[in-house]
Amino acid sequence: MVETLTKSRFGIGTNAPRPDGTAKVSGEFSFSSDLWAENMLWGATLRSPHPHARIISIDTSAALGLSGVEAVITAKDVPGQLTYGLISADQPVFADSVVRYMGEPVAAVAADHPETCRRALDLIEVVYEALPVLSDPEGALDPTVAAIHPDGNLIRHQRIVSGDPDVTGDVVVEDTYVIGMQDQAFLGTESALALPDSDGAGVVMHVATQWLHEDQKQIAACLGLAPERVRLQLGGVGGAFGAREDISLQVHTALLALATRRPIKMQYGRHESFFGHVHRHPATVWMRHHADTSGVIQKIEARFLFDGGAYASTSSAVLINGVTHAQGPYKCDNAVVDGYAVRTNNPPCGAMRGFGVVQACFAHESQMDKIAQALHLDPVEVRLRNAMQQGDRLITGQVIESVAPVQRLIEETRQIPLPPEASPHPDPLSLPGGSGLASEARHVRRGIGWGVSIKNIMYSEGFDDYATARCTLKDGKASLKFATSEVGQGFVTIAQQIARTVLGVDDVDLEAIDTDIGSAGSTSASRQTWMSGGAVDGACRLVRERLFQIVGQQHNVDPLRLVIEEDEIVDPLGAFRVSVREATRDLVITEEFEHHHRPTEDLDENGQGNCHVAFAFVAHRAVVDVDPELGLVKVVQIATTQDVGRALNPLSVLGQIEGGIAQGLGLAVMEEIIVKDGRVLNPSFTDYLLPTTLDAPEVVARLVEEPDPQAPLGAKGVGEPPCISVTPAIVAAIRDAIGRDIPRCPVRPQDICL
Amino acid sequence: MPIYTPTSVREATEIFAENPEAMLLAGGTDFMVEVNFNHRKPSSVINLARVNELKSWHLDTQTSVIRIGATVPFSQFESSEFEQLSPALSHAARTVGSPQIRNTASIGGNLGTCSPAGDSLPVLFALDAQIEIASLQGTRSLSIHDFMLGPKRNALSVGEIVAAITIPVASGFQDYAKVGVRNAMVISIASACFALQDNQCRIALGSVGPTIIRCNEAEKFLQDYITQSSPPDLETIREFSRLAAVAAQPIDDHRSTATYRRHAIEVLARRLAMRSFSL
Repeated sequence: MVETLTKSRFGIGTNAPRPDGTAKVSGEFSFSSDLWAENMLWGATLRSPHPHARIISIDTSAALGLSGVEAVITAKDVPGQLTYGLISADQPVFADSVVRYMGEPVAAVAADHPETCRRALDLIEVVYEALPVLSDPEGALDPTVAAIHPDGNLIRHQRIVSGDPDVTGDVVVEDTYVIGMQDQAFLGTESALALPDSDGAGVVMHVATQWLHEDQKQIAACLGLAPERVRLQLGGVGGAFGAREDISLQVHTALLALATRRPIKMQYGRHESFFGHVHRHPATVWMRHHADTSGVIQKIEARFLFDGGAYASTSSAVLINGVTHAQGPYKCDNAVVDGYAVRTNNPPCGAMRGFGVVQACFAHESQMDKIAQALHLDPVEVRLRNAMQQGDRLITGQVIESVAPVQRLIEETRQIPLPPEASPHPDPLSLPGGSGLASEARHVRRGIGWGVSIKNIMYSEGFDDYATARCTLKDGKASLKFATSEVGQGFVTIAQQIARTVLGVDDVDLEAIDTDIGSAGSTSASRQTWMSGGAVDGACRLVRERLFQIVGQQHNVDPLRLVIEEDEIVDPLGAFRVSVREATRDLVITEEFEHHHRPTEDLDENGQGNCHVAFAFVAHRAVVDVDPELGLVKVVQIATTQDVGRALNPLSVLGQIEGGIAQGLGLAVMEEIIVKDGRVLNPSFTDYLLPTTLDAPEVVARLVEEPDPQAPLGAKGVGEPPCISVTPAIVAAIRDAIGRDIPRCPVRPQDICL
Repeated sequence: MPIYTPTSVREATEIFAENPEAMLLAGGTDFMVEVNFNHRKPSSVINLARVNELKSWHLDTQTSVIRIGATVPFSQFESSEFEQLSPALSHAARTVGSPQIRNTASIGGNLGTCSPAGDSLPVLFALDAQIEIASLQGTRSLSIHDFMLGPKRNALSVGEIVAAITIPVASGFQDYAKVGVRNAMVISIASACFALQDNQCRIALGSVGPTIIRCNEAEKFLQDYITQSSPPDLETIREFSRLAAVAAQPIDDHRSTATYRRHAIEVLARRLAMRSFSL
């Protein structure tokens, strides 16, 4: 039930300022890379130069002999489980007999200085015997190709068969789409500080992560320790976008701390970071749409191939997201979809903002334009005719119970004014190619493209990703305790806003974010506002209930009649009124609450089942200027309308929208990790290009606020949708400008002009 | 590691003579990257930040020559005063990195590094720049064409410092254009400088060969039309740009393909030539 909450100062619905905002802007915020401890040593990792090789021998003696080196560890020094992983533990802490991707950790050192570490790494002698590199994901499906991992080359296959698979349409369009490997490119690279307990049988870790408790579980298993002997505290996180879901340097840092009995700091540089975390899956998606003569979809056929790289990470969940979102935000009764996630000797891929849906969306939105083109219809009209509504059934058989205002999103986006026509005398920097001054106004053609998406929020397939929060009310002040990773998204702000509104307080302290309370689940899947927000809301309501009981007893008022108005407890039916501050003097009320979403199910062999919790929708319209001859682009404007349920902090929502659009633009026109024969060719910000201010478009955003009855505060997650359909919208605008097909992203200059 | 901070070119050359293995530090935007990546481990550094005579540029109105100190940062070429004297170098400077990088990165650094993607180099090649080189033995002057030998290779001998670059004041149209896969802060995948200097057609290409390429055939072809009273027609300019593209020696790498680079050169050459004739 969503009730109307009273709006207190900086409560729910306001643009409350971030508690960490000033510190971040002024440079005083302590990121995990700023961590330091007395008597600290530095750790560093030796990585495989080969994408696939047998390890013949490792000789660490010379490194150990170097002055300043305190420890050198390899696979044989791992006391617990030798492997880890989010879904299946298939990834070695250190490569033992085989390395399966370029950059795989082989050994780690602890020394008095990062430079000593570097020299020590040079002194470790590893003899490799190169093995054939499996770099083609299609080859990984070939049963005659040797398995590169004991678990085999196929990570998961899922088929979806819905309705009548034999239906055909009057119009049939198909293509094979290629989506490149994107990097999350968070600005704060991986870093952690591990402090060993004095008895050497436990460790305290400060780490920048998305999910403290999952890290704790995986680290403890590898250390062979009980989870309570591995306590985690969140280090200041400089962005995440999925890249901090998997373990990176956590186990190595803890092992070195336990080996040396001294604090260990590890930190990756940008180059190492490209090898130190999973990336967005490159994918090949074949789709065939059948439509009737009015453009209404009759059937979808699709085949997804996700390259998971050397280890499983979250590939199986990414695959499920891909195949279950194949239809996009459109009605479709009949479907035959096959999806495969495979192992190769390419870099491991896993979670990134949009999680499998980005790949599906690029394909289905490109297909919607093909249907429009085949029938000479407006791309908007085709989308409106097929738009999904609340109550519709997905190809998995699941009924959309979430608010699903797809038509409204498209209509409202269409009403956003287009940017002014290109000026005949523009600022040269605003042209395609920008500062390169290669294009002139006369060379530029403008295109318009659309993208609409559906994205599941929260975890799927039977997983209970609950969240825990504790609220304490004392002397008119609230304090909140949770293990929710603040990665920049602003949950710390939302949490304070919820407590202010529910409890009528102004001051809300935030306690340390650590494992001294139950799990909050991961900061991913656009889930924390819903899940941890629900937990904070629940804990605050329990506290309020007890407060009303105490106040009611003291003042002889029925507690059920009491409500919070601004900063007072009020009996709206009588004259009673007392300030929260007054009422809580000498009183301490503490309550803890776990929020669970409704249960979900696994898919059956035909891909049927209620596997997702809820869905969020968004529409994007892109206006792009293209220099067709040089293949250069300038994204002029993105208009968007997003289904947010309810904007708890509109400014924060806008921040997610603008950031997500920049990230989606990156995938559309420049961001790609280039891998050849298993080797990464551009592991630097010199050659892995992120959009600059000159690449970023004007963003005109509107919000549709139809509170979702299932969401604790009516608010849907808003983090992922902004980056999903903006990519196909931009590519569609490029196609519109030049009048030809481009079946891949990112779009490179040569894809446009050659 | 000793870091020397001389205050004159003379002092710098003395230190360099005593420490021939020393690295010269100007803006540091190339050098520090190499140090950070451990590609270079200098045993000593000569910091040129306090050598004032390297930090400014002067116009000799008598000879119409601009003499540019080696450590002049690219941001100084962005001024409208400089743009009037040398539009191509000014425009090339604007394409370098970000404002922060342009505030420190120097034109001498482009010569020290000698990357074919160095943004100022096609301009220096098109204008037949002279490089003034200082050492304990005195100074010598070298044409840019003899200075840049290949990727990251130049004609500096042990103990020699680039002191200044001289280029003529623009006597006709000149411009620079660059293609990269981002609208700012990007390494060029193809670039070109076109100039009509003293009624001579010049075109130099960047990022499409081991060194900067002057397109002699294309220049000669267009030259015949420049001296005529009526401007060349579109077909002539197309042939000119085709010849420029033929001169390119591009390769495939992770930034682009040889085919695209050659195509981009043809487009850039045509557009720059058309700009020059106001077509």
